Parts: sequence; structure tokens; C-alpha cells
Amino acid sequence: MALNAQWAEAWLRECARVLAEHRTELIELDRAIGDADHGENMHRGFSAVLTKLDDGGQETPAAALKLAAMTLMSTVGGAAGPLYGTAFLRAATALGDEREVGASGVVGFLTAARDGVVARGKAEPGDKTMVDAWTPAVEAAGTAEAAGATAAEALKAAANAAQAGAAGTEPLIARKGRASYLGERSAGHRDPGAVSTALILQAAADIAEREQ
Amino acid sequence: MTVGLVIVSHSSKIAEGVVELAGQMAPNVLIVPAGGTADSPPRIGTSLEKVQKGLVEADQGDGVVVLTDLGSAVMTAEMTLEFLAQDARSRIRLPRAALVEGAVAAAVRAQSGGTVDEVAAEAEAAVVSIDPESLEPFVSHGAAAPGIPVPADKPRGTPVRGAWTIRNKMGLHARPAAVIARALTDLDAEVTINGVDGKSVMLLMSLALGAGSELQAEATGPQARAAIDYIGREVEDGFGEL
Repeated sequence: MALNAQWAEAWLRECARVLAEHRTELIELDRAIGDADHGENMHRGFSAVLTKLDDGGQETPAAALKLAAMTLMSTVGGAAGPLYGTAFLRAATALGDEREVGASGVVGFLTAARDGVVARGKAEPGDKTMVDAWTPAVEAAGTAEAAGATAAEALKAAANAAQAGAAGTEPLIARKGRASYLGERSAGHRDPGAVSTALILQAAADIAEREQ
Repeated sequence: MTVGLVIVSHSSKIAEGVVELAGQMAPNVLIVPAGGTADSPPRIGTSLEKVQKGLVEADQGDGVVVLTDLGSAVMTAEMTLEFLAQDARSRIRLPRAALVEGAVAAAVRAQSGGTVDEVAAEAEAAVVSIDPESLEPFVSHGAAAPGIPVPADKPRGTPVRGAWTIRNKMGLHARPAAVIARALTDLDAEVTINGVDGKSVMLLMSLALGAGSELQAEATGPQARAAIDYIGREVEDGFGEL
């Protein structure tokens, strides 16, 4: 489908569904290296986003993403609240008044989201955080767009790269967040934030691919 | 001029506890807790909404200093600032400070009428002013913050000394410690009291000087005499508690 306001809303609804489905998995990942609340927090945050979406009235993709940002920041509770809040807010700002997002728009909003996460969390690639999913996603979307991909194809490339990036966090030693307190013991587990980022971007790609 | 404080912690109990502790030393400072999530009862976490409300409540026009605990509390506080209008944001400071020490030091400075920048600077200086050596045997060196290296000795002049017996029943408890630290902060003098920095509320309290114990002060610098006289007067007066 075209990447318009309906896509953005459907994407956020899909996020809520997918995060509910993966709630336990994220909790288990976070139990290993964090405080076991990431799955619960993300599930709660996106459930609140669903309620807000039901009020209706989002005319642009940016409006829907901004609504999600504000809701996540007030309901998630853990570090993921301000991080995803920043990501969605910066993405919304990058999209501006656009009613339909093209491939370059996809690269633009993913880049803005990633830059926001980096600025807020002060993490770099290799720190075993969600940046390790966001950064390859941005790069893959850029490469796809340069090769003439459609918006949906660029999102799909981003989602695949995020998935690989999340898997790649497994051997890393955490240098940010609570997992960093574990030092070397943090190796051997995927980072829950990188995994949830991959899920969220996969949801965006899946909805874009869907027939209207 | 009264700067307000907002205490952001993942735990509502920690935030309320810090407010209680810092409030002991700064009765006229508005210190607002913003701990835990917005749920009732609050869960462990931080809430943009709660911090926003705290800032509004603490801002009386002279500025607000926000003290936070772990990582995502900082992020939530930063986000809250991003949403403020430029005018309101310009009155708010988010120092890099340890929560408890920073809040106490900031509250004491705010109580004595510090500007928002002075209060924030005091919060940042609080942890490094705790010298692990002087805190022995209260903390181990390994557990203490590394702190900032003490600068090389500068010419200090002849020290002025004084010694008095503490007369008030409660001894050098939180309020008198804050009174002394506050007064000394405004003087151009280096002062030690029983071997610790006289401008540090936390270190003065750590001395645990009770009624009947001896307080020994040593000061150097242009206002050394004034500092010693001030301390002597306060001790003799029993810090106003006699």
C-alpha cells in the first residue's frame, strides 16, 4: 500500500500486535542482561498507542508517528520510552506535512529516527543497543533507494538489515544501559532493544507490502 | 530568589526520600519528587508526564534544577526539556550530579539564595568534594567515586585556628551542618573542620559530632578570620538551639 496516513496507523497497530506476540521473548532476552521489563514495557506502551489511535483523526503519517511518540514517552517507563519516543518524534519531524512517503522519504525518516536514538542514548554501533539495529537499517534503506527501490522495498531492506543487526548483537559486550553493569557476562544474548527495533521495522515493511 | 528542585528517580520511594532528606537542610526550598511511572501505584520507571508536572510545580520564576538517578531518568528529563518553550527551558538546569549528594548540596545552595547556575554547579561539585581518604572508615576506597585529583597546594598564608565544645543537645546534625557549610561557601577562605572540608554538608554530617565533643576549625585565605569567628559564634550559640 502507499505509505500514507493509513499506512502509518496500520504500522503502529501492527507494532502493537507484534510486540504483544513477542512480549515473552523480549522479557526473556531482557531477563538475561537487563531487568526483564522490556517486553512488558513495549507491550504496555503500544497498547496505549492503540487506544490513542482509536480516537482517530491522523491526517498525515507524521501526525500518527507523533501521537505514538508522545504516548510511548508517557507510558513505557523504562529507557525504551524516551528512546522510541525520540525515534518516532524525529521521524515525524523529518516527514513534515508529506501525505505520502516515497523511497527517499523512507531513508529520510529512518535516518532522523536513528540520529535521534543516538543523540538521546549516546550509544554507538557496537555498544549492544538498538543502535546496532537502526544503523544497518538506515544504510540498507539508503543503498536500496540509490538502486531505484520503491518505498516498500526500501523498508523491506531496512527491516532485513535490522534483523541481521539484532542477531549480530549476540556476541557483543554491552557498553550502555543496565546491561553494561554485567560487563563480559552480557555477551551471548541478543540485545532486547535491537530485537524490538527489528520487529518494529519489520511491521512497517509488512504493512507497506500488504494490498490495500 | 528561590530556585526549585525536581527529583527524578525510577523509584517513587527514592524520589520522596531524597525530597525528605534534602528538605531537612533547606526548609524554604521547593523540592518536588517525580519518581516512578504515572500509574497508581507507581511502577519502577520514569514518566515524561510526571517530570513535566514536577517542573511546572517547582518553577517559581527563578529557575529549577533537575536531579536524576540512572540513565533513562536523564533521557526522560532531557525529553521534557525539549518540549518546553524556550523561555521556560532557559531557567532549567540538568546537572551531571549524583542524586543524593547532588540534591542535598543543591538544596543547601538554593536555600541561601543561589542562582540556578550556582545551584546546578553545587550539585555537580558534590560528589567530587567527597574525598575517600577523609571518609575512612565510612567507605572503602574501592567503593568510592574516583573524584577529581586535588590541585597542588597554592600559597595559603598562616592558618587561623579555633576550637570549641559543642553545647547543643543534638550536636552538629543536619541543620547546623548546612548552616555552617552555607556561610563558609560565601567566604573567601579554605576551611577544614575536624579535618574535613567545612563547605561540605555531607562531610560535616559524617563527623557525627555530638554534644560535648570538640569542634576544631582551621582556615586559610583572605577571610580566614571571619570564617573562624563565624564558626565560633555558631558553636557557642548552640546553633540557635539553646
